[in-house]
Amino acid sequence: MIPELGQYALILSLCLSALLAVVPMVGATVGNTLMMNYARPLAMGMFFFLVISILCLGYSFVVDDFSVVYVATNSNTLLPWYFKISAIWGGHEGSLLLWVVILSGWTVAVAVKSKNLPLEIISRVLGVMGIIGVGFILFTLMTSSPFDRHLPQFPAEGGDLNPLLQDIGLIIHPPMLYMGYVGFSVAFAFAIAALLTGRLDSAWARWSRPWTTIAWAFLTLGIALGSWWAYYELGWGGWWFWDPVENASFMPWLIGTALVHSLAVTEKRGVFKSWTVLLAIFAFSLSLLGTFLVRSGVLTSVHAFASDPDRGYFILALLVITIGGSLILYAVKAGNVKSESSFALLSRESLLLVNNILMVVSAMMVLLGTIYPLIVDALGWGKISIGPPYFNSLFVPLMLLVAGFLGIGVASRWRETSVSFLLKQLWLPAVASVIAGLLSQYLYAGEFTWVVAGVMTLVFWVVFCNAMDIWKKISGRSSLKAGLAGMSRSYFGMILAHAGFAVAVVGVVMVTTYNEERDLRMAPGEVLSFNEYQFEFLGAKKVQGPNYSSDMGVIRVLYRGEIYGELHPEKRFYPARGNVMTEADIDPGLFRDLYVALGEPLGNGAWAVRVQHKPFVRWLWLGGLLMTAGGLLAATDPRYRKQARRDAARAAA
Amino acid sequence: MNPKRKQRLIIVLFIVFGAATAVGLSMYALNQNINLFYSPTDIVDNKAPEGTRIRAGGMVVEGSVIRDTQSLNVMFDMTDYANSVTVSFTGILPDLFREGQGIVAQGAMNSDGVFEAVEVLAKHDENYMPPEVAEALEKAGKMPDQMRAKGAE
Repeated sequence: MIPELGQYALILSLCLSALLAVVPMVGATVGNTLMMNYARPLAMGMFFFLVISILCLGYSFVVDDFSVVYVATNSNTLLPWYFKISAIWGGHEGSLLLWVVILSGWTVAVAVKSKNLPLEIISRVLGVMGIIGVGFILFTLMTSSPFDRHLPQFPAEGGDLNPLLQDIGLIIHPPMLYMGYVGFSVAFAFAIAALLTGRLDSAWARWSRPWTTIAWAFLTLGIALGSWWAYYELGWGGWWFWDPVENASFMPWLIGTALVHSLAVTEKRGVFKSWTVLLAIFAFSLSLLGTFLVRSGVLTSVHAFASDPDRGYFILALLVITIGGSLILYAVKAGNVKSESSFALLSRESLLLVNNILMVVSAMMVLLGTIYPLIVDALGWGKISIGPPYFNSLFVPLMLLVAGFLGIGVASRWRETSVSFLLKQLWLPAVASVIAGLLSQYLYAGEFTWVVAGVMTLVFWVVFCNAMDIWKKISGRSSLKAGLAGMSRSYFGMILAHAGFAVAVVGVVMVTTYNEERDLRMAPGEVLSFNEYQFEFLGAKKVQGPNYSSDMGVIRVLYRGEIYGELHPEKRFYPARGNVMTEADIDPGLFRDLYVALGEPLGNGAWAVRVQHKPFVRWLWLGGLLMTAGGLLAATDPRYRKQARRDAARAAA
Repeated sequence: MNPKRKQRLIIVLFIVFGAATAVGLSMYALNQNINLFYSPTDIVDNKAPEGTRIRAGGMVVEGSVIRDTQSLNVMFDMTDYANSVTVSFTGILPDLFREGQGIVAQGAMNSDGVFEAVEVLAKHDENYMPPEVAEALEKAGKMPDQMRAKGAE
């Protein structure tokens, strides 16, 4: 009964989103206030019924209703309750339901938070969200309903959640990632609404900017969580594989980063307007492409789940409609856009344009590497794959350029910046960063590696240029307190995000260069010496978990001859699906992780053991967290609300 | 040409030049890093180059896995049910590596006709067959019926 209720609620939400897609849009076109006023209630109704729908699915999981196919495939009576909840998005059908729930959540958030926006704009924005809702709810209902039943006979026991997904990382990673993915639909909806209304101005950028920044922050967090999850859960200590599914989330992030910067220029200076719109369209289109790549089964990936091609065609059709429709609209309308100001060749505008170009080029190169094998396959030229060296050889230099320009961009001024001004501002950070870069690398490694020293120089360059900017702002004021009080929240957000970028780069370069890894056979009592650490294998013992049995290795770690602690990597067996799972044990630290995983038993109590020493690996995710915090801080700047009220008053007048 | 147009021209040229360089470098990097996929039948027919990094995939033959007792070396046969090829790998195999399971391996052929793998991939999902392997099996006309049934689900 409850699953039928969920299905029914899903159908109702489809009807409401269809109304939302039509009524306010028509109202905005013919100028009918009554019709436009329907936008907010319809958005809330759609959200309400989708929440009921996902609650029904959650209920079916909690009470172990195995007559529901999706529950029977992804749950088990022995599964702890929190994994039963997170199993809602453990498979294709449920994660799609989560997708639309989050979409409607964003829609309602826009509806509630936009009291100051002109009715015409808001009804169009919500209308576009409604259109997207129709597409995806229809997709869920037609190809992948999570409420289908196993009738008349259903299994007494469920097939269990994939053990890889029985983890805290999976509880939070997909919702965060989807918050980001789907959040770009808001930026997209604002862009389309602006094109339809013909009102592409700074006010529009101001309205859409906090939404875009929040979506970007969530996407950053989602990607960082995904990388962290892969690191400790897949059992081989990798943190980024250039896997198509990872790329699928990374491309919208790159375009989203460009969009966040481009929106800043549009808001402050009233230029780059049509470019910003184009980026908003691309960011959302790449989110859709990501959904297509992950859900259609066209890819060979470490993430691939069994899936069926009909779903792929459906999303492909959605993708074509979205990209095609919005680009046609763009082609028709964007030609009328006029810039509100001009800028010199050397100015903050130009430097942000360079950032945009570098980000877009990076995204295109990731896109090329991701879909090239698909194109080759579709043309029947054979099966190929593109290895990580392709991505690394292009992505690394591009990001180093980004770091270099970032410092100059922060120091530069809007409108026009002279070379002599820049030199005066930047010679000190430049010298300091070269010294700090060389010194830190030498002190850490005891020898010179030019590549690392160069990258560290750029890292310090980013940090020092931002610090210089802060200092400049404070020194102009009477006191430190007055200086800090004079800075806006979005300024702090920017500084934090830039620091996060620098921190993440440190993580990447250090762990890539100084990572040490040994796979070997260890019999009980054998000792492996590794840097200043020694690992003594004491054997493996049997341990029983709630829904698995496990061989737990015991490894004693010695640091410079002193006992440091014990690590307990596990090899788990989940009988429900007959799965074997490696559970690595990690001793985390700010400056290094010790990572130990068990391979297979090799007889006589000996095991294959993987031991890794990973310097600075935590900095990768720390950087992601800083960027997220920066984004959230910037998006909640009270200035947006105040300005929005003023803009609305002006629009009404 | 007025200064504004000149400035625009410089920007446009900069973008065009940048984009061209980027595309050129991308295509170069792409060509350097393409790994072609070969089925066991292709390899037995000597279609696969020796010493070049390639991908190969198939099903692990039941009973063929031989582990060295003193090191992490593993030898096993990989088949598309028409032909099979011996794979040698040193290291820790993924959790889902099992006899009778579809896998994809990266590596190169050595002069003895053994595929020396540097990486072995098996999938999260036990019902999942890598598309390359499925196609290789279809081509060899040896797709097991129960697998096809699963694929159609």
